[in-house]
Amino acid sequence: MTTTEAPPAEIGRARTRKEDQHLITGHSTFTDSIVLPGMVHLAMVRSPLAHATITSIDTTAARKAPGVVGVWTGRDFPEQGGLACAWPITPDMKSPVHLPVPTDTVNHVGEIVAVIAARTKAEAVDAVELVDVQYSELPVVTDLAAARDGSAPVIHGDLGTNVSATWVFDSGEAGTGGNASAAIEAARSDPDQIVVERTFRQQRLIPAYMEPRSTVCDPNGVGDQITIWSATQIPHILRTMLTLSQGIPEGKLRIIAPDVGGGFGGKLEVTPEEVATIMVARQLGKPAKYTETRSETMMAAHHGRDQIQHLTLSARKDGTITGFDVDLTANMGAYLALVGPGVPILGAFMYNAIYKIPAYRFSCTNVFTNEVMTDAYRGAGRPEATFAIERMMDELATELGMDPIEVRRRNWIRHEEFPFTTVAGLTYDSGNYEEATDKALWHFGYDDLRAEQQRRRESGDRIQLGIGTSTFTEMCGLAPSRVLGSLSYGAGGWEAASIRMLPTGVVEVVTGISPHGQGHVTGFSQIVADRLGVPFENVKILHGDTNISAKGLDTYGSRSLAVGGIAVVKAADKVIAKAKTIAAHLLEASEDDIDFAHGTFTVRGTESSVTIGDIALATFTGHNLPDGVESSLDSEAVFDPENFSFPHGTHLCAAEVDTETGKVTIRKYVAVDDVGVVINPLLVDGQVHGGLAQGIAQALYEEAQYSVDGQLTSGTFVDYLVPSAVDLPDYITDKTITPSTSNPLGVKGVGEAGTIASTPAVVNAVLDAVRQFGVADIPMPMTPARVWQAIQDGSTTAGSNSSSMGGAA
Amino acid sequence: MIPASFDYTAPTTLADALAALAQGGDDAKILAGGQSLLPVLKLRMAAPGLLIDLGKIDELRGVRREGDTIVVGAMTTHHDVIADPLVREHLSLLAKTTEQVADAQVRYRGTLGGALAHADPAGDLGAVTVALDAQMRIAGPNGTRSVPAAQFFTDYFTTALAENEILTGIAFDSFAGWGAHYEKFHTVSQAWSTVAVAAAVLVAGGTVTAARVALTNMGPTPIRARAVEAALVDGPASDDAVRAAAQAATEGTAPVDDATAPAAYRSHLARVLTGRAVLAAAG
Ligand SMILES: Cc1cc2nc3c(=O)[nH]c(=O)nc-3n(C[C@H](O)[C@H](O)[C@H](O)COP(=O)(O)OP(=O)(O)OC[C@H]3O[C@@H](n4cnc5c(N)ncnc54)[C@H](O)[C@@H]3O)c2cc1C
Repeated sequence: MTTTEAPPAEIGRARTRKEDQHLITGHSTFTDSIVLPGMVHLAMVRSPLAHATITSIDTTAARKAPGVVGVWTGRDFPEQGGLACAWPITPDMKSPVHLPVPTDTVNHVGEIVAVIAARTKAEAVDAVELVDVQYSELPVVTDLAAARDGSAPVIHGDLGTNVSATWVFDSGEAGTGGNASAAIEAARSDPDQIVVERTFRQQRLIPAYMEPRSTVCDPNGVGDQITIWSATQIPHILRTMLTLSQGIPEGKLRIIAPDVGGGFGGKLEVTPEEVATIMVARQLGKPAKYTETRSETMMAAHHGRDQIQHLTLSARKDGTITGFDVDLTANMGAYLALVGPGVPILGAFMYNAIYKIPAYRFSCTNVFTNEVMTDAYRGAGRPEATFAIERMMDELATELGMDPIEVRRRNWIRHEEFPFTTVAGLTYDSGNYEEATDKALWHFGYDDLRAEQQRRRESGDRIQLGIGTSTFTEMCGLAPSRVLGSLSYGAGGWEAASIRMLPTGVVEVVTGISPHGQGHVTGFSQIVADRLGVPFENVKILHGDTNISAKGLDTYGSRSLAVGGIAVVKAADKVIAKAKTIAAHLLEASEDDIDFAHGTFTVRGTESSVTIGDIALATFTGHNLPDGVESSLDSEAVFDPENFSFPHGTHLCAAEVDTETGKVTIRKYVAVDDVGVVINPLLVDGQVHGGLAQGIAQALYEEAQYSVDGQLTSGTFVDYLVPSAVDLPDYITDKTITPSTSNPLGVKGVGEAGTIASTPAVVNAVLDAVRQFGVADIPMPMTPARVWQAIQDGSTTAGSNSSSMGGAA
Repeated sequence: MIPASFDYTAPTTLADALAALAQGGDDAKILAGGQSLLPVLKLRMAAPGLLIDLGKIDELRGVRREGDTIVVGAMTTHHDVIADPLVREHLSLLAKTTEQVADAQVRYRGTLGGALAHADPAGDLGAVTVALDAQMRIAGPNGTRSVPAAQFFTDYFTTALAENEILTGIAFDSFAGWGAHYEKFHTVSQAWSTVAVAAAVLVAGGTVTAARVALTNMGPTPIRARAVEAALVDGPASDDAVRAAAQAATEGTAPVDDATAPAAYRSHLARVLTGRAVLAAAG
């Protein structure tokens, strides 16, 4: 045997996605594609009111309707358990009982009040109109501030308050920094300091994934299991939570997440619809399917964001920050979602961002309203944090008359200062903010655009130009289990993988992460192909079925590569170690003399070699193995990260504002991201582009709006404006590569970066264009009407809480 | 989303369609491209018992010339309107506006007749017919009649069509040689017009000799901006003159006040966009 030439390294190659062919040629299997013999179809009767007592439900007519197999109200499900919240952020956190199908009271529009099963979906939907529900209306709460200060009626009487919990971090108390309140107080009376105080509104967003949620339950699954297909990001967590909340023994549950059409955090949930589908299927003893309509997604699936951020920053007049106080009010909606209470808390560690802030205090008060629950949405807590600090950096620059980039430079952690322990207590392993920023400025043509901006101002041009900066970081790779433990999170943060070496040369990789559009199958194949020296095509990635991938914690928080990918690497290394023993035996050499490269074991200094595929075959036959060695190369591993990873980057946005109409057009957008080692640049670009679209959409277009009586008024895509490619600019993307030192691949995570970074860059740019007219702030989304109105008013527009200017005493 | 069940018929002649409509009474509904009707049915905002599909009636489809008049069959799709050589030559305002309606998928199915019969105040095509004084050709049990566009639109989603009538075609004079522009303002490309302005002008030697201007979404129906037209005609096609004339755009309008845009903002937009539309039309 001769050593062949090294194949080109897979890591770093712009491989097109393996998973696309079956998706784009109509061979996909989404949950709604599953059809089982005897299956019934469900439709939900939903509350049209935001807060009401259910006084009666008459299902007689619906039961008699053609094709109807059964109708259930909450009382017909004595077995139902309350949906669990997995993140009790404080020991005294208040959490109302959240029945999948409530029996007495509805607390938001769209809650399920009855479930209909019929032979066809159409018959089920027809029967919905025949269920007569009588309600007695209760007062509706939609105002966060009123929910917090106690002036609104209490929604859940048994709790006695609309405040769920208040979570506080104080760097003075934690010993990670000074006392922020004291620092800010001192600044107020210090002529060399300035205090900037602002209030921002993080509007509510709807995770508009393409595939609506869908569940199929076969109560008579193979092997006496209940098999559940669901359009979910979290098959493993769903399984455990179903056991904990509904009392179904875990071993009886098999969860399959087949092809899943996007999630963005919106499918990180254990939903009332899933539980209702399972309950009906079990009561009937027949398979049941429920697929929601888009209107139901908008109305009843969880939303994201929705906070009031009150921020106080003190700084010396040279721009050096001396203290930062963050006070949040976060809207939980009517109940606590799976990880809803923890979402704003995840941000707590990120408000200090890339800056050396000596004193920091964070406080978040979670409140209930009669709106649908909030939970994870792309970035989950970190976009809110990044928005707040990056907006404040621009506000500080404005107050001091400094260049916004210069203010950031004065405060950021310098490259030579890594690893750096922040005021929030995290240790950033690596980063190079200087390089990313320099590169971004170069792509952007910063000085030229500033000059043009000046010219347009001077000539009073109808189109005014603004420049916005966002030098962001985020914490990725959720998460070190110990850190999660310290935050009272109900699970760990590890990830599992196993590798099976099949006799025909195929390498089966089983991962506990659960892809839903990201391209993990391609990226993981590249990693394994390199690690084991096998062809990319020979790697088969399996996931999303708890009987196949028995152990895992699923996909969210940009964890799949930085945690799940590392578990795969560790499993591969175990395969190599096992194979080496057998290689030594087959090559009649000492293990110490065997080298492994590009899939081949070679006796050092000789041509004598054997491939890993040969060894896989040898373990299959078992004819000639060393004594006492198991006839298998298969291996499994669990990786629990010791630290998060910290992607960062510099995003620059040039926005044109048509001062006559208020319309904003993004003229140029540069995103230089440092996501560590890049496995596949095409996938990275895809994630960045999609993330940017969502972040820009928050700045300019999207908003879930409720009327005062709790009706969702942006319940269709006619009113909830999701931008398309036509509305978005060509992005200039580039990268710097500062490998993470926290994992063997040096990777960080890229799933959320674009969303986290872009919103403040865009908002800063728009404000930079119109501050000259006396505009202090414009609430998001910065619609043409709002921008125009702000220019007219020459001051803060209605709806924004931002008014109080800070200033030197 | 599933509509309530309904019966369906697809006649091949106008006469059969009218007969079916007469028989179905107020429980029957005409189906053209379905781009507005089907969402309404799927959201169960309406539940007609019978749908009469006009898709198989050849005589309702296509663009033809009748002397000096250009007639667009009601069932001509937006896509076919845009591509039609007669439309491009004589009705460039219609072509340019239709290009801005929805997206390619919708334009392949949606029809001019359907869009006008639906009479959404934010729909773009009504303003074109009002600006160009189109005649709506209508067939009913007692024969045919013709209604000027200005009288066709009567209120939000309401037209002069009786329940037993079918819009068969839209007849236009030729506007060959006129400059035309549709200035559509919306927040994202998929969104309906917040406000839009249709303008066609004839300019000779720098002077506006004729002008047609109509507004979209400035009231329950498309609105002809006659005051603007009057101010433009015989004036210079200059930036200042046009913008001054455009100040009259809000005369007779009644814009809604909603979450997308306050009424005052819509009024402001109407003036700004009118100026832009006319200037672009004047080239
Ligand atoms: C995603 C999307 C975006 C859109 N964006 C825009 C836009 O930007 N601008 C715009 O102007 N429009 C827009 N539309 C609407 C589009 O122009 C539709 O094609 C149009 O409104 C309806 O035409 P249709 O042929 O599909 O009619 P249908 O939906 O079939 O019918 C609409 C109504 O008219 C009645 N009707 C239809 N034909 C006749 C007839 N010949 N006689 C009597 N009654 C009749 C029907 O009974 C029904 O009540 C959009 C539609 C969609 C789905």
